[in-house]
Amino acid sequence: MNLVLAKTDTGRAVGSVFATVRGRLPGAGPVADARAEAFEAYERTGLPHRRIEEWKYTDLRALMRDVLPAAAKPDASALSRAKAALAQEVIEGAARLVLVDGAFAPELSDLAPLGKDASVTTLREILERDAGSDVLSAAAIDPMISLNTAMVTDGVIVTVADGKTLDRPVQIVHVATAASASAFTRSHLKLGKGSRTTLVESFVAAEGANAYQLNDAVILSVGDGAELSHVRLMADAADAVNVSSAIITAGAKAKINLFNMTRGGAVSRYQGFVTLAGEGTDLSVNGINLLKDKQHGDTTLVIDHAVPHCTSRENFRAVVDDRGHSVFQGRIIVRPDAQKTDGKMMTRALLLSDEAEADNKPELEIFADDVTCGHGATSGALDDSLLFYLRARGLSEKEAQALLIQAFLGEAIEQIADDDLREFVAAQAERWLEARR
Amino acid sequence: MALLEVRDLHVRVEEREILHGLDLTVNTGEVHAIMGPNGSGKSTLSHVIAGKPGYEVTEGQILFKGEDLLAMEPDERAAKGVFLAFQYPVEIPGVATMNFLRTALNAQRKYRGEEELSTPDFLKKVREVAKSLNIPQDMLRRGVNVGFSGGEKKRNEVLQMALFQPSLCILDEMDSGLDIDALRIAADGVNALRSPDRAMVVITHYQRLLNYIVPDFVHVMSRGRVVKSGDKELALELEASGYTQFEDAA
Repeated sequence: MNLVLAKTDTGRAVGSVFATVRGRLPGAGPVADARAEAFEAYERTGLPHRRIEEWKYTDLRALMRDVLPAAAKPDASALSRAKAALAQEVIEGAARLVLVDGAFAPELSDLAPLGKDASVTTLREILERDAGSDVLSAAAIDPMISLNTAMVTDGVIVTVADGKTLDRPVQIVHVATAASASAFTRSHLKLGKGSRTTLVESFVAAEGANAYQLNDAVILSVGDGAELSHVRLMADAADAVNVSSAIITAGAKAKINLFNMTRGGAVSRYQGFVTLAGEGTDLSVNGINLLKDKQHGDTTLVIDHAVPHCTSRENFRAVVDDRGHSVFQGRIIVRPDAQKTDGKMMTRALLLSDEAEADNKPELEIFADDVTCGHGATSGALDDSLLFYLRARGLSEKEAQALLIQAFLGEAIEQIADDDLREFVAAQAERWLEARR
Repeated sequence: MALLEVRDLHVRVEEREILHGLDLTVNTGEVHAIMGPNGSGKSTLSHVIAGKPGYEVTEGQILFKGEDLLAMEPDERAAKGVFLAFQYPVEIPGVATMNFLRTALNAQRKYRGEEELSTPDFLKKVREVAKSLNIPQDMLRRGVNVGFSGGEKKRNEVLQMALFQPSLCILDEMDSGLDIDALRIAADGVNALRSPDRAMVVITHYQRLLNYIVPDFVHVMSRGRVVKSGDKELALELEASGYTQFEDAA
């Protein structure tokens, strides 16, 4: 009875949001059809709740309640606040693509570093030509991705030509400036055969942004022999909700290195769906949750070994203080053909307070018989004997904790290959630690 | 003035009293040895002086340079000049020894209101001390004590002692797990730090260590008390007769 009531309530609320905006969303014809179809798929569940296994620990019905009305197109004031918010987050020398409240902001972006090796268009341009239904066609694997498909307003589409190496990172910055509004974005990075790119995605809040909701999806197509490094930095406002999905497909002999760090937001979920579709590909996924107060941070990864001879490594670290709640769900699927798969998953949580919580759900679904797969997990407080040793050498309690936490995080951060970027991320983690002192 | 005064110290660990009224006075410039059988409370004393959590002082006091040591946090004690060389130095993966040394030294200096040491000055100082202790540079780049041998761990303790220049050094079972060569190197390092401005308390089960670090005073602990004090001759006497006599006396 309760279930039915809850579903009706949320369904109606979101339904009205979609009904309100659908006429204003870019694209008609096949695009509009794709949206309507996706919305139907979404409506079958509504906002995911704890009885949906994949969302067991992140009950959006309880945590979000409703989908807020879509944010207005950013005005001059919003853009100037967004510009100020960028200062801390911009990576020197990177090609910068800025999305403000779900709209591409050319005046804040800098495409020059891309040169002629990559091309950029916005999703809106394509949708307005009633094209791009392929970008919207991402299978209905998750209700929040379906909702994204229905509601998306803009995003960037970056294509890197075969054999080209982008020396500087491409940085997509999602800036929120609105209050009590939602934004839906989708971006697509296509890496040609043998190309190399570092993609950074940053999620930040400008002054005045609060209680906003962001639903982003990024589709990464990694060609044969291509190398992708993807670094995500989620630093949303303290009362924001951010549900972001990455849908990644890799060809053969590719190298993929993913990293996510969540340190902001009231409710954050990063869900990555990786399909290893070509033989001989190496995947490394690393992640960090830094949570305090009542923050809820969820990292959910599904690694699908569809073909033989691929390796995957997952290494996830959570530092949880106060009443924070960290969730890690890692599923490794090994298809019947995917012999010689080598997949490992390790998750470790540091609980800094008695009320801090960390849930870990590893799942191995192995349908091939000649594979090496494993997972491990630890969860606990900082080691008292190490803390005392450091304090006996003159470090205050917070300093000693910070040093041990840095060491704990180091193993994940070290996996970022680019020196500047690694230092940039380490400095952000350090700032979080300093704020605790 | 006495550097360290321990008066009628009673200490409990989980409802069990380990020290039953211990007295000890250590003056600047002196080297004291504390000997005793296993379980006599030697290590408990060193832990309580350094401020390790889990020990409850039910009676008595400890004064360090006339101040109430028990009221201080472990890091305050370190900054004021108390140094405990651990019997089992811990391994800290992911914290490079150099980074640890610099963080610790600067934390102590900051507490005392001193300027942080510049990087070149710090490096110069560490390299000098490391060289005198036969500690190779690559050890300093590794995680603190990670993969170090027993001897290397103890030398790393002496390195810190030399770097921090504490006024009270407590060496807890420095000889445990060391062969003669390793013991000699560590002891030479300690002897180089003997000074009229500094005192040392050497805790050991065996007399052997005292051949290398010759004490001015020797105390015998048994069942949570100092039961006999004397000069270095007392250590030799113990070596011959064992601890049994004191177990009975206590």
